[in-house]
Amino acid sequence: MRSRSAAGTPPRPGSRPWRRRPFSRYALLLLALVAVGGFYAGVQSSPQADAAQGASKAQIDQGRELFQTSCASCHGINGQGTSTGPSLYGAGAAAVDFQVGTGRMPLSQPGAQAHSKAPRFTQAQIDAIAAYIQSLSGGPDIPRGVDQKYSDADLAAGGQLFRANCMQCHNFAGEGGALSNGKYAPALTTSTSTHMYEAMLTGPENMPVFSDQTLTPDEKLSIIKYVKTIKSDPNPGGHGLGRIGPVSEGLVAWLVGIGVCVVAAMWITAKKKQED
Amino acid sequence: MQDPTKKLLAGTGKALDDRFGGAAGLKKQMKKLFPDHWSFMLGEIALYSFVVLLLTGVFLTFFFKPSMQEVVYHGSYANLDGLRMSEAYKSTIDLSFDVRGGLLMRQIHHWAALLFVAAIMVHMMRIFFTGAFRKPREVNWLIGITLFTLAMLEGFAGYTLPDDLLSGVGLRIFVSVVFEAIPIVGTYLLFFTFGGPFPDGLQGDFIPRLFIVHVLLVPGILLALIGAHMLIMWHQKHTVWASRKQTNRNTVGFPFFPHFIAKTTAFFMFVFGALALLATFAQINPIWMYGPYNPVDVTAGAQPDWYIGILEGGLRIMPGVESVFLGHTIPWNTLIPALIVPGLLFTFMALYPFFEKWATGDNSEHHVLNRPRNVPTRTGIGVAWLAAYMILLIAGGNDIIAKTFSLSFNTITWIFRFAIFLGPVIAFVVTKRICIGLQRKEEHLLHEGVETGVIKRLPTGGYEETTRTPSPELLGRLETNRPDVPEDMPALTDGRGVEARNGIVKRLRVSAQRWYTQDNVARGAHGDGHAEERGEVEPGAQRPELTGGRTSD
Repeated sequence: MRSRSAAGTPPRPGSRPWRRRPFSRYALLLLALVAVGGFYAGVQSSPQADAAQGASKAQIDQGRELFQTSCASCHGINGQGTSTGPSLYGAGAAAVDFQVGTGRMPLSQPGAQAHSKAPRFTQAQIDAIAAYIQSLSGGPDIPRGVDQKYSDADLAAGGQLFRANCMQCHNFAGEGGALSNGKYAPALTTSTSTHMYEAMLTGPENMPVFSDQTLTPDEKLSIIKYVKTIKSDPNPGGHGLGRIGPVSEGLVAWLVGIGVCVVAAMWITAKKKQED
Repeated sequence: MQDPTKKLLAGTGKALDDRFGGAAGLKKQMKKLFPDHWSFMLGEIALYSFVVLLLTGVFLTFFFKPSMQEVVYHGSYANLDGLRMSEAYKSTIDLSFDVRGGLLMRQIHHWAALLFVAAIMVHMMRIFFTGAFRKPREVNWLIGITLFTLAMLEGFAGYTLPDDLLSGVGLRIFVSVVFEAIPIVGTYLLFFTFGGPFPDGLQGDFIPRLFIVHVLLVPGILLALIGAHMLIMWHQKHTVWASRKQTNRNTVGFPFFPHFIAKTTAFFMFVFGALALLATFAQINPIWMYGPYNPVDVTAGAQPDWYIGILEGGLRIMPGVESVFLGHTIPWNTLIPALIVPGLLFTFMALYPFFEKWATGDNSEHHVLNRPRNVPTRTGIGVAWLAAYMILLIAGGNDIIAKTFSLSFNTITWIFRFAIFLGPVIAFVVTKRICIGLQRKEEHLLHEGVETGVIKRLPTGGYEETTRTPSPELLGRLETNRPDVPEDMPALTDGRGVEARNGIVKRLRVSAQRWYTQDNVARGAHGDGHAEERGEVEPGAQRPELTGGRTSD
């Protein structure tokens, strides 16, 4: 500071432009940082936004307590993982919200895969555990506002992405399908949009992770829109027969089709029964 | 007689007869007898499904465009808006959503296709288990097998035409197992058929070619064969169920006109009605959800229609085995389940009448049907065949079963791998034993009479059950023949009781013949055919299970 003012013309307080004042470059730097950060936060189109920021120490403490009573026996006292449960470092709040929010965790019994069931915790408790896991070593955060955002997404593009990325396991109508050794891809018909988003983000169970580089947030939203749309679409051809394809159709053709026709044939050719 | 309508009809009839003749012959044909039993109507389900297929199929051709031209969809189904697809797929979507009655017609057509093949199969079960394929009806049996095979092909072609994702996946598998599995010539065949590589050749030739196969070539052959099938049936007359009135030289039933024509027309309405109801209330092949075909996409639970299910099942349970011979890969993992096993199953069925004739030495004409229980070995073979078919068919849905019943996909696949070998054997043994058990039960009825449930107490303190004579109808059934050893069979011994030195084929034939007849329950010694004498059991006749109770008291 001093050397600079010594090298230039003597300071004339009052008349010097503000940008020449010694603190100005710090102010400018700060301004640029705020602008870039703010712009980035805006562009980041906040499904990804801020849960951890809002997490208070009290919430994290509550989460730690819940974690240590309900999760630590498998995932370790600090979430470092044991032989029966994986490490949660880097799992992030999104994974907690999905796994605990859909009732998959805590696990009711070990098996090929965790089943979805009624959640054990309230949303506030889930948020606390999520905040705790997030505080351990970060990871994907809980996406916010998915429900409001997906309705603007591109439906047909979502369908195409769904067919390319999802239906080989979840079936063409999101009814789910079998995987190897008792594992399965669950039906998406009861999933909430946030849980679907989190599943793509974190890749629970056997699902691959679809990072934002693989499927951009907009693409994720369009897939969610497609799944939600076909779920509420009526079946224009009558009863959907479970929307599982030709297996149920074949069963109906035999049981109903052949059944009705054979009964009709019996009726047409019926004679008065004689006693044996 | 004064009725003007009658007069008008008589006049028209006479005018036609004066010009074309044939009244006398027609009169005879109109009186042709048709048997009155529901099992004889099964073939008609297939026939009438075929009629429905023709009617609805014509409607569909008005709107379907067999073209692989790429177009952009902007129709009324928003989920596909702006997507690129083939004209074949787009026209099927338009036909479903924008043509009045189009979806209904498409669904009737598809349900009718499923019913057509199912009815063929049920009809063939009736023919097989009652021995209706025996001389002189072997040719009609062969025509029937050909119809079954062609119906599968025709159905598969129709399933493929809309060029949706599911059918494209099916076609991809078909190409792999039929064309690419055949060493050396397979790839050439593929390129000739498709006019280039999969999926649609160089000029998009495949769908237009398949269209002609589906709407002209195969239906033409089907129609001709169905015509031949029915003319032969008409000429040879129907078989009849065994009963007292039946001999090999008469036919019993109702005349074609006016009885049968009324019944069969009503039955056509039933079949059409059942299909229309199914198509109204049950959705089939929702191609708009499958999306347009894209070689990189696939859906969980990608199954073919049920009649291709045995191929799917075979592929699913076959372990991955292949070998290389002179630089050519021989893919046993597709050759065996897709060509060899179905080939064996269908060839076996086609040749079965000739095998049975060879094995039993029975070369006489048969117009009276066998009751399945009276020919336990044939019935067992039929059920074993069905077991193999069903195991393959069910294996084709192993992922749906795993998902629906929360089972391990791999475990199910292993169960099917064992079941395909053990199932038919178990089915054969169990069926044969059941048949023999039923024969024993009938012998009992024949000799002891029908139980009345009335127990009499005798003055001596004993008990006996009153039985009564079986009704003539039941007797007619009970007294039907069980095939015996025909007299002209090659004997095991020569005339003097010394084992003959027969050739291996002759020995095989003798064992086959024994296999067919030796387990039959012999007609009892007191089965003399006079029902009247069998009415009441004489007092004091031995009834071990009842008198035994008395002694233990």
